Amino acid sequence: MSFPYLTAIIFLPVVGAILIAFIPGLSSRVIKRLAAIFTFVSLALSVFVFAIFDKSLGAAGVIQFEEKLSWIPAINAHYHLGVDGLSLPLLILMTFLGFLVVLISWKIDLRPREYFAWLLLLETSILGVFCSLDLLLFFLFWEIEVIPMYFLITIWGTGRREYSAIKYVVYTLFGSAFMLAGILSLYFATGSLSMLEIAQGGLESFRVVIPVAAIFFFLLIGFAIKLPVFPLHTWLPDAHTDAPTAVSVVLAGALLKMGGYGMIRLCVTIFPEVAKTYAPILIVLAVVNVLYGAAVTLRQTDLKRLIAYSSISHMGYVLLGIFALGQVSMVGASLQMFSHGVITGLLFAMAGVVMHNTGERDLRKLGGLVRQIPIIAVVFSVGGLASLGLPTTSGFAAEFLVFVGSFSSTIVSGIQVYTILAVLGVVITAGYILWMLQQVFYGPALEQYNGVKDADIIERVYMFAFIAVIMLVGIYPAILTDVIKLGISPIVGLLGG
Amino acid sequence: MNLELFIPELSLAAFALVVILLDLVIQRKGWLVVVSMAGIVVSAGFALAMWGGSSQAIFNNMLAVDNFALFFKLLFLGIAALVILSSVDYVSKFARFQGEYYALVLLSTLGMMLMAAATELITIYIALELTSISLYILVGFLKDSKSTEASLKYLLLGAVASAVLLYGMALVFGFTGKTQLGEIAQVIQTMSPQTLLASPALILGIVLLIAGFGFKIAAIPFHMWVPDVYEGAPTPITAYLSVASKAAGFAIILRVFYSAFGLPQWLSLDWGMIFAVLAAIGMTLGNVVAIPQTNIKRMLGYSSIAQAGYLMVGLATMGFAPTADILGRSGLLFFLASYALTNLGAFIAIIAISNKLDSDLIQDYSGMGKRAPLLALALTLCLISLIGMPPAAGFMAKFYIFSAAVQHNLLWLVVIAVINSVISAYYYLRVVKVMWLGEPASEEKVPSSGALRVALSLSCLGVLLLGVIPGFVMRLAELAASMF
Repeated sequence: MSFPYLTAIIFLPVVGAILIAFIPGLSSRVIKRLAAIFTFVSLALSVFVFAIFDKSLGAAGVIQFEEKLSWIPAINAHYHLGVDGLSLPLLILMTFLGFLVVLISWKIDLRPREYFAWLLLLETSILGVFCSLDLLLFFLFWEIEVIPMYFLITIWGTGRREYSAIKYVVYTLFGSAFMLAGILSLYFATGSLSMLEIAQGGLESFRVVIPVAAIFFFLLIGFAIKLPVFPLHTWLPDAHTDAPTAVSVVLAGALLKMGGYGMIRLCVTIFPEVAKTYAPILIVLAVVNVLYGAAVTLRQTDLKRLIAYSSISHMGYVLLGIFALGQVSMVGASLQMFSHGVITGLLFAMAGVVMHNTGERDLRKLGGLVRQIPIIAVVFSVGGLASLGLPTTSGFAAEFLVFVGSFSSTIVSGIQVYTILAVLGVVITAGYILWMLQQVFYGPALEQYNGVKDADIIERVYMFAFIAVIMLVGIYPAILTDVIKLGISPIVGLLGG
Repeated sequence: MNLELFIPELSLAAFALVVILLDLVIQRKGWLVVVSMAGIVVSAGFALAMWGGSSQAIFNNMLAVDNFALFFKLLFLGIAALVILSSVDYVSKFARFQGEYYALVLLSTLGMMLMAAATELITIYIALELTSISLYILVGFLKDSKSTEASLKYLLLGAVASAVLLYGMALVFGFTGKTQLGEIAQVIQTMSPQTLLASPALILGIVLLIAGFGFKIAAIPFHMWVPDVYEGAPTPITAYLSVASKAAGFAIILRVFYSAFGLPQWLSLDWGMIFAVLAAIGMTLGNVVAIPQTNIKRMLGYSSIAQAGYLMVGLATMGFAPTADILGRSGLLFFLASYALTNLGAFIAIIAISNKLDSDLIQDYSGMGKRAPLLALALTLCLISLIGMPPAAGFMAKFYIFSAAVQHNLLWLVVIAVINSVISAYYYLRVVKVMWLGEPASEEKVPSSGALRVALSLSCLGVLLLGVIPGFVMRLAELAASMF
């Protein structure tokens, strides 16, 4: 058997977490370095996996780097990992963010041992979700993520952190409660927990006890809470706003994508017919997400809350792309997940730096900072422009694909109208992003910010990394879309479109 | 007469007597722990040697020696071992009666072992009383006002439950003329449905049996004693009550309802539905009432009512499934094993903390993460397991037992159960929050004895193992469930 790359990528962070938690007497410096080393090796391995991933057309729909071991024979569960074109970009996204958030957390002084242990455990659980091909394993990783998140928000958060943390936990567990019911129903119907077997078996072989659509919606509720889909989004602004910077980056960057990934991997792949039937409803919700999210964002005066609300709007594009059910639109949705992860990650990181250095997060009280902190201002502006979809950034490529794909999709009738409505979201986005940049950086310089420090060396390193990826994917999106297509095309084949 | 099949029980009884006698003559009471543990190990060794054999009957079909009984005997012995280890600090505070304490724990374990093996109504009753009377005394062992009140309450309500149980047994006996479970089943199966329905005696008898056993497992609405008794009893005994006594109750319900009332199918559907409804109400009420509790033992008392609800999902599944289907039963056995480890782990951590604090109030746990990081971590793991989240045993247990329920048209019950898990997260996490987020009242470390640490590490290790690689224990549970 070849080297278990995926196991190594997934579990390296948690090995780091265990070392950090249980070796007595580590200094804060050593802990941070350990965390950086373990997440960097994980990142390097995932980039290597990306490099040797078979990208030829013949590999469409093929699961690569597969690992399969019998796990619990009594319920036919396997330790089954693998990546395809759909999950690989998200895997890279998480390892990338996983390393950068360690750098972003470099200034954490409060209980660093626990902080980094939880952060690394969080990374492992998210990576596990993207690589699992067994429903029980998938659900296990999905649930583990809640615990570190709870601790990270309650202990290191700001504002109403305890309220936000428990709200997050209750929403997530509520969603996963339904997901569990859905998974158990699937398991009962097919006798298998393997995503691949269930998808291949098709619906005909099901011993249906409850309507198939009910199972679809059980699963969908769990994913919709995570993505989030209006009206299940209310946990998001609180959690994002009150979480510490690095956790907001992971939350917006990678965690929300678990929802979109789950929708494609389970809801659409296993229930193509049901997905077609209910796509119009979900597309309406997507448009509501885009427009409502953008409209509410316009009214925000808190820096982090503004970015948080913008995520709701951007996730609307993902939902639109997925349930337009076309090849191009779903590739666009997947690319949007990656792109939004990097861009919003950058925005939250920069908001964190601004807040840390100025001690202020109210947009009405900030202003003119471009003179005092030019580097941060430029990088923040690039991130903002990427978020509003400026060409040559990944945001443009992704949103363009979503709109083109949805507009030309033949599966849902009347989708052109919804697509046009959703495009309006881009205009509103431009409004709030430019307004935010103007409030923070432009206008007359304020005296109280005269001594504010600009980005230090570590901050420059991760800023550069973020921008490099945004530009790379923006200028040459095929580097990802060629891979994503391999994962999407068999799913589109199932839809007959 | 195969007396050698009775050796686990005989040896345990002998060791219990030795402990009492030894208490009279020796000064160093530490030996009592050693002798008690030796008794458990010897008994468990004999029980282990019999595992895997074909099922046999002894004492004129009054007791069965089968994998099912052996599974429970080993479970009870394991629980008793952990309870005794965690009692060492606690009991050394008593001036007198240390020998009686350990001996009573062993005797009640003996009673539970008999409960798991009993296949005849009178024997069941005697085994139940042996267990209960030992426990009544243990609950009152502290002799302060709360402990005495708890003991009296437990005794009075327990006596009522016993009376109800006896009345139910009398009705079943009157209806069938038999006390042996297998013979009762034969009589019932030869009757026509019209005869069965013509007289309410059988159904009434079954309902009264459920009430009597429901007291043991803390099922709604026979749970009234739980919060007060849990709060007042010595903490190791609370731990023991919450896992062993409950497991014994489930063992006996499984055997009685499977062996005597498993067929005809419409009858099992009837009692299955009763259990399903009790489960739904029990877990909802237990979880909702646990939320405002300020005393951690009381909170865990209500939580154990809720957990009994999850466990009863397994009983309901057994009623709904055809008798050959073992999934419901094996799910229940696995849940009991993981619940035992989890709750013991939680209580052992609480024992260590309350030894130092002299308080069981949740607010006093503030800052435990700094004062006793390992104890707090262990308690956190156990609470996470009680919520039913990975990587702890509770997650696998819920998945296993619910997956069986979904297969037999109980999806509605599973949905109620999983939503209940969400509610329960709220109060379990509150304790976690207080421990890791609150400011410590003092900087003093919380000490713990070696025996207690061993017990705590064993149970936490078990919780993790059952959560990550549960295959082996699930296999054992399947074997036990398939062989009555």
